Amino acid sequence: MTDPTTSSTDTAPPTRKGSAITLTGVTKAYGEDRVVDGVHLDIRPGEFCSLLGPSGSGKTTTLMMIAGFAQIDAGRIELDGKDIAGTPPNKRGFGLVFQNYAIFPHLNVFENVAFPLRARGWPKTDIADRVARALRLVRLERFATSFSRQLSGGQQQRVAIARAIVFEPSVVLMDEPLGALDKNLRYEMQTEIKEIQKQLGMTVVYVTHDQEEAMNLSDRIAIMNAGRIVQAGSPRDVYEKPADRFIGRFLGEANLIPGTVAMASDPHQGVLKLADGQMLHAASLEPLRAGVAATLFIRPERIELAAAESAADPDVNQLSGRVETLSFLGNTLRYMVRSAGGLPVMIECPNNGRDPIFAAGTAVTMRWRVAQSLLLMR
Amino acid sequence: MNRLRHDPTAIFLLPALLMLAVAFLIPLAGFFVQVLLVEQAPGTLLPAIHQVVASKATLTAVVTTNWIATLVTLFVLLAGYPIAYYLTQANSISASLVIFSIVVPYFTSIIVRTYSWMVLLGRTGIINTVLQALGLTDAPLPLLYNKTAVVIGMAYVLLPYMILTLYAAMKAIDMTYVRAARGLGAGGFYTFRRVYFPMSLPGVLSGSLIVFILATGFFITPALMGGPSDVLIAMLIERAVEINVDWSGAAILSLLLLCVTLLLYALYFRVIDVRRLVGAGR
Repeated sequence: MTDPTTSSTDTAPPTRKGSAITLTGVTKAYGEDRVVDGVHLDIRPGEFCSLLGPSGSGKTTTLMMIAGFAQIDAGRIELDGKDIAGTPPNKRGFGLVFQNYAIFPHLNVFENVAFPLRARGWPKTDIADRVARALRLVRLERFATSFSRQLSGGQQQRVAIARAIVFEPSVVLMDEPLGALDKNLRYEMQTEIKEIQKQLGMTVVYVTHDQEEAMNLSDRIAIMNAGRIVQAGSPRDVYEKPADRFIGRFLGEANLIPGTVAMASDPHQGVLKLADGQMLHAASLEPLRAGVAATLFIRPERIELAAAESAADPDVNQLSGRVETLSFLGNTLRYMVRSAGGLPVMIECPNNGRDPIFAAGTAVTMRWRVAQSLLLMR
Repeated sequence: MNRLRHDPTAIFLLPALLMLAVAFLIPLAGFFVQVLLVEQAPGTLLPAIHQVVASKATLTAVVTTNWIATLVTLFVLLAGYPIAYYLTQANSISASLVIFSIVVPYFTSIIVRTYSWMVLLGRTGIINTVLQALGLTDAPLPLLYNKTAVVIGMAYVLLPYMILTLYAAMKAIDMTYVRAARGLGAGGFYTFRRVYFPMSLPGVLSGSLIVFILATGFFITPALMGGPSDVLIAMLIERAVEINVDWSGAAILSLLLLCVTLLLYALYFRVIDVRRLVGAGR
């Protein structure tokens, strides 16, 4: 069965160490409220798949159902083709990493990491060997006898990761594991997690609300909103080709310029007429019809600022306006420009020290290639 | 006065402290001073202490008291642990019902509670009547006036202390740990043994200590429900005052009991942070 939400740039390589997880029509309802509403997802073996969405989107509940801590009200969850609804959580064989680490406070690091092995009745020598290996992987060999209260947040999370992979599960589930860490540490840990996953080859299902994190880590992102998956694809695909305005806004800054479709030269190419009469060219993923309302989507970093207009070019859109504000963000400069028609547009330029900087009040022309923008129908 | 600088509301403790001093501390100190120092002929205090402490009656009473207190503590722990756990997991209606049946007896006098057990356990009591009516036994069973009855009666009175202490400790256990243990492959019993029970241990220790401390000082229940050989320290003190009119003996025994209790309470202090219990600081 082909997953209709995949795209051509997915490259997750199949490995025999990971397992496939398939969600079909998975639903969880509390009375009338559908927290998870008919979720379909095909996670391939060895794939790093993120469930990304705002709070309340149902991503953690979905993960809890995969783990077996929440009952499925409708639908099926399969592990390598086998329905796991009847399997209790301790028999599913998944590695788990929680947001608050859940490091057993009364056991030291070694015993924490050894826990899944002892619970499975592994012989002592194997346990010692595996635990040492796991600790080496997370670079905590020197902390084997420490207790959680002696460790920093980042170290505790590394213990949690070591504990989740020590028995070499084919799937690891992570619920916002880096939420409590500061930005720099989070980025460092993301790199470590990605490294470990590449080395061990297991499937990872990762819940997060941080879109940068999802994009950095994932082979594929499933974006959830109000209990449904609204789009799934590689980070690049969902970033550059969002299916609707919500997704466009959620994954980073976006300019959403409203208008009406004036003309459709073919079902996927058209012209958008703005309120002030300006015409902009754009492509669309969904079939276009003249007369319907649509939104032009263009990322701030894809717009160029110039002092003056240049010659008309069918591949380039131009809008004139005036700089309202200029913000210095360190590595980027963010402009808020008010177009001649009164629309606010955000532009981001790299702070490369070469390009001219336009002060507030300057008249400018905004330019972008037609191919960089998209018409969104929803 | 240091406390006043940190927390001016500590001044509200003054009336209670004053009452405690006037109604309890001062009379107690006065009693000990009067009996053991003033009325005692000089040089006779230490031999008197030795005579009381080393006497067979005292030693037997100490052994009996400790033995019964231990049995009561164990019994109450085994009975109370599952109930306390149930309270942490149950929905509010069931939990309220259970808490109601635990706390309401508190409002009845201990004598009434003790007598109610005697009604149940006596020769013509409810249990014996039912057993004989069902033909399970032809003569009434001796369920009263022995150590078993004393343990049952004391356990009934002390159970709420254990349950509420355990409940407070168990409520503080984050169920994410249990979830983590199960998710990582541990079965129900293994999770209990290696994760939940060890985390409840501070509650178990403090609950056991409180029950033990209270049990060593018990008087009414063992006096009413025990046999002639079941003599606890508190009963010895009562005997010394009421029957022998041996004030110095009573004072020495009381001091002995007080010292043991204070020692145990010091231990309790180590196990549990009392300030945390009353919500102060932190």
